[in-house]
Amino acid sequence: MIPLTIETDIVFWICGPLMVAGAFGLVLFRKAVYSALSMAFVMVNLAALYAAMGAPLLAAAQIIVYTGAIMMLFLFVLMLVGVDRADSLVETIKGQRVWTALAAIGVAGLIIAGIGHVAAASAGLDSANEAYGGNVQGLAAMLFNRYVFPFELTSALLITAAVGAMVLAQHARLTPKKTQAERAAERMEAYATAGVHPGALPNSGVIARHNSIATPALLPDGSISGESVSEVLLGRGAIVDTPALSALTAANFAGVAAELEGEEPPVPPALDTGPKPASLEGATPADTAELAPESGASDAAVEDEEESK
Amino acid sequence: MILLETMAAGAISYAWLMIAVPAVSAALLLLLGKAADAWGHWLGVLAALASFAVAVACFGQLLASAESAREVTVPLFTWITTPTWHIDAALLIDPLSILFALLITGVGSVIHIYSVGYMAHDERKRRFFAFLNLFVAAMLILVLSDNYLVLFVGWEGVGLASYLLIGFWQHKPSAAAAAKKAFVMNRVGDLGMTMSVFTMLALIGSSSFADVNAAAAKLPWGWVTAIGFFLLLGACGKSAQVPLQAWLLDAMEGPTPVSALIHAATMVTAGVYLVVRSHAIYAETEAAALAVCVVGAVTLLVGAWIGCSKDDIKKVLAGSTMSQIGYMMLAAGIGPAGWAFAIFHLLTHGFFKANMFLGAGSVMHAMGDDVNMRNFGALRKAIPITFWTFAMGYLAIIGFPGFAGYFSKDHIIEAAFEHGPAFGIIAILGAGVTAFYMTRLMLMTYFGEARWEKDIHPHESPLTMTVPLMILAAFSVIAGFLMNGWISGWLNPGLGVAEHEAEWLPTPVGLVTLVVIAAGVFLGWQLFGKKPVPKEVPDTSNPLVIAGRNDVFGDAVNSALAVKPTMLLADTTVANDTWIIDRGVDGLATGFLELSRVGRKVQTGQVRSYALFMAVGVFLVGVLVIVGQLG
Amino acid sequence: MNPDLVLWLAAILFGIGALGLMTRRNALVAFMCVELMLNAANLVLVTMSNVHGGLDGQVAAFFVMVVAAAEVTVGLSIIVMVYRSRRSTSVDAANLLKQ
Repeated sequence: MIPLTIETDIVFWICGPLMVAGAFGLVLFRKAVYSALSMAFVMVNLAALYAAMGAPLLAAAQIIVYTGAIMMLFLFVLMLVGVDRADSLVETIKGQRVWTALAAIGVAGLIIAGIGHVAAASAGLDSANEAYGGNVQGLAAMLFNRYVFPFELTSALLITAAVGAMVLAQHARLTPKKTQAERAAERMEAYATAGVHPGALPNSGVIARHNSIATPALLPDGSISGESVSEVLLGRGAIVDTPALSALTAANFAGVAAELEGEEPPVPPALDTGPKPASLEGATPADTAELAPESGASDAAVEDEEESK
Repeated sequence: MILLETMAAGAISYAWLMIAVPAVSAALLLLLGKAADAWGHWLGVLAALASFAVAVACFGQLLASAESAREVTVPLFTWITTPTWHIDAALLIDPLSILFALLITGVGSVIHIYSVGYMAHDERKRRFFAFLNLFVAAMLILVLSDNYLVLFVGWEGVGLASYLLIGFWQHKPSAAAAAKKAFVMNRVGDLGMTMSVFTMLALIGSSSFADVNAAAAKLPWGWVTAIGFFLLLGACGKSAQVPLQAWLLDAMEGPTPVSALIHAATMVTAGVYLVVRSHAIYAETEAAALAVCVVGAVTLLVGAWIGCSKDDIKKVLAGSTMSQIGYMMLAAGIGPAGWAFAIFHLLTHGFFKANMFLGAGSVMHAMGDDVNMRNFGALRKAIPITFWTFAMGYLAIIGFPGFAGYFSKDHIIEAAFEHGPAFGIIAILGAGVTAFYMTRLMLMTYFGEARWEKDIHPHESPLTMTVPLMILAAFSVIAGFLMNGWISGWLNPGLGVAEHEAEWLPTPVGLVTLVVIAAGVFLGWQLFGKKPVPKEVPDTSNPLVIAGRNDVFGDAVNSALAVKPTMLLADTTVANDTWIIDRGVDGLATGFLELSRVGRKVQTGQVRSYALFMAVGVFLVGVLVIVGQLG
Repeated sequence: MNPDLVLWLAAILFGIGALGLMTRRNALVAFMCVELMLNAANLVLVTMSNVHGGLDGQVAAFFVMVVAAAEVTVGLSIIVMVYRSRRSTSVDAANLLKQ
């Protein structure tokens, strides 16, 4: 029982301020994910305090259940709803902040006034823990004797909560699923009215060393087809610059053709003759940097849009 | 409903048929509808005649039985059983009720026959006969029942029939209004009836005549007087006595046979029957008995007064009816000495007044349904049968010696003198006024020069109408003579009448009466016989005449005493409802609306605001708890 | 050590949690603030267990954890559902309760 040997005061004076700081972080961070991390930080500190106060089982449960399970659940949901969005901290309700501060201080003061003056010395848990040979054994004895009925009830609660979460999270289909015939009819309708191309969209491009879905197809005149890549990638500008890639190949082909005709091959613009992986790899970072130059800016734009909503 | 074994034997055990036959006939006539249009009126006549036959049989059985055995109760069924009360429907056949039954069914039958002729051209005569039969059945329930509660059933039944028949020509607004008026004013009287029955049930625990009569002497004076006044109120309503007299004149809107049967011969005498039936009550309370006398005396004069000033032949007769019933009430209030005479006069009046009403109907038949006597004159040649039968009635009502009214009225006047000189003088005065206005009626209708409209061709009525007139005229002549020596003794066991031998020769009071009557006749002849009757109503400044023409301001009094205050109350209530209650409720609602307009601003829909409110609330409650614990 | 200090710490944490609940519009952050308040309560329970020398407080804290776990499961699925229909996790956006 190592945690128990640590002097409680030391732990308190270390963990307490950290917890307060973490709690303020939870409230003040603009990004929810930082708030969640602050919360996890508070919980870990709390676990340490538990351990120091003679509750090692609770300390473990605090870390496993709260920090491990609950906070991770929060993070999952955060990722579902957009992990990197920063909240606006502008208050919209008049007087809410002032009154909230007053109420929070009032409630805290009330608690301190109400229960903050217990007997100066605590009885300590030593005798209680020793009765069953340890804290864990003591808790087990209580849970499975005096508190066995509430304990069983919690199982009912948990299973109900699990079922409820499944029911709530299930996506209910509001309209019947469209059949293939209906989809085809819609497509022809769109073609007839708006002239939308009814056939399959063009595949993404296949260039010598790039066949990812971020590679647009080339049209016969050498320009790219916007429809061949995902709209999302297109919107972010995160597509491979195919003309730039194909330019090298085209130059090589042109050189080969000239050689065959007995002429001096023209020197490729950026590279020596022959494929050179290093040079290509050297080119890739430049490409990617060039390809997605404004990703951060566009993200910010999206966020601004959402905030303005 | 438990049918009860009857202990009566012979015809009396079938007495219930008297009621059942016309009741079933009425139901048939109403339910069969047009199927019975062709022969329905004859079914009605037959039902009345059958009822009359049963009544005669019962009467015969009573005549034959010993004096002590003339009071027979015929139990029918158990009507109401409660832990407190037990009320059987039973018939009481005794000398009093059987006389009434005979009058109702006898005169009723005659009037049914008359109606066949009178209503011959009315499209709805089947319905008319149904109502007439309904009336006969209800009236028989009224007079034959052996307790007040069953009597009240008949009481309401005749009220209903009266309402239906007054308003029989409901297409005339005046008839519909008159029916409503009669119904509403009768309700006032019915209040007295119900109160008296309730009082009896509460105090005595029974409403049967026998129990009430037996218990009357033991009741506290206050209660017995209250019952007496309640009964008098009921009697006033039904018998059109002051102060509830106003409906009877308007009731003449009904067909004339109805006026004859219901509003002259039978229903309006129900009040007299009630008072006589309740003699044990009035024997215990001087005050109520005196009130009966006063009501009778006042009505006697008021009715005669109205009779003097009306030009409508039926309204003159209606005023006369009120006046004659006033005589009966006076006699009934006098006490044991007068009860038999009240019934005696009731019977003779039933004959001669029905006779005259039917005669008036015959005149109207001849004159194209005109009722204004100023348009009549010299009709004795045109309709001789009607004239002669009417003359019999006239002589009877003024009390011409030997005719029916002479005997009965003379007895009442004498009894009134014995009771108190004031009543006697009023009675004699009434007799003189009666002679005056009846002479006026006779002269204006049958004598003088003809004042008919040009297109009127008076003609005698058919036999169905004249034969009843003759029958009733005969009874108008002989009924008094027949019953004079007999009726006191006949009613004696039933009423406990002290032996009061009716004299045949005029007493001094009788002589004075005759002189007064002669004076009345002479005055009438002076005013209406010697000089021509003007066709237009002459203007007059005589307050007595104006009052009489306006029904002694009965409607005005009703209006001032009942209608106006009721309307005022209603208006006040409406105003209160509109201005205080409605506005109050509206104001309350508006107040809450405005309050909620302000309050709903708190409901921002912002969860965070709610959380803030909750936190503040927690803080305040916590402070309260802590402060409370400190204190 | 003085348990009062720990209780004060718990009160401060509770107040900060309440503050965040009432000021932050992001439902997830608000929800985390609720968790912070629950943790503060747990801290009180453990401290009191220490003060009284019994393990009941720790058992209670244990139950609080279980309940919190259940609550988080359901609450987060509700948030996900709201987000799916409204494309937002702002608690101010869900203001249909007004008026």
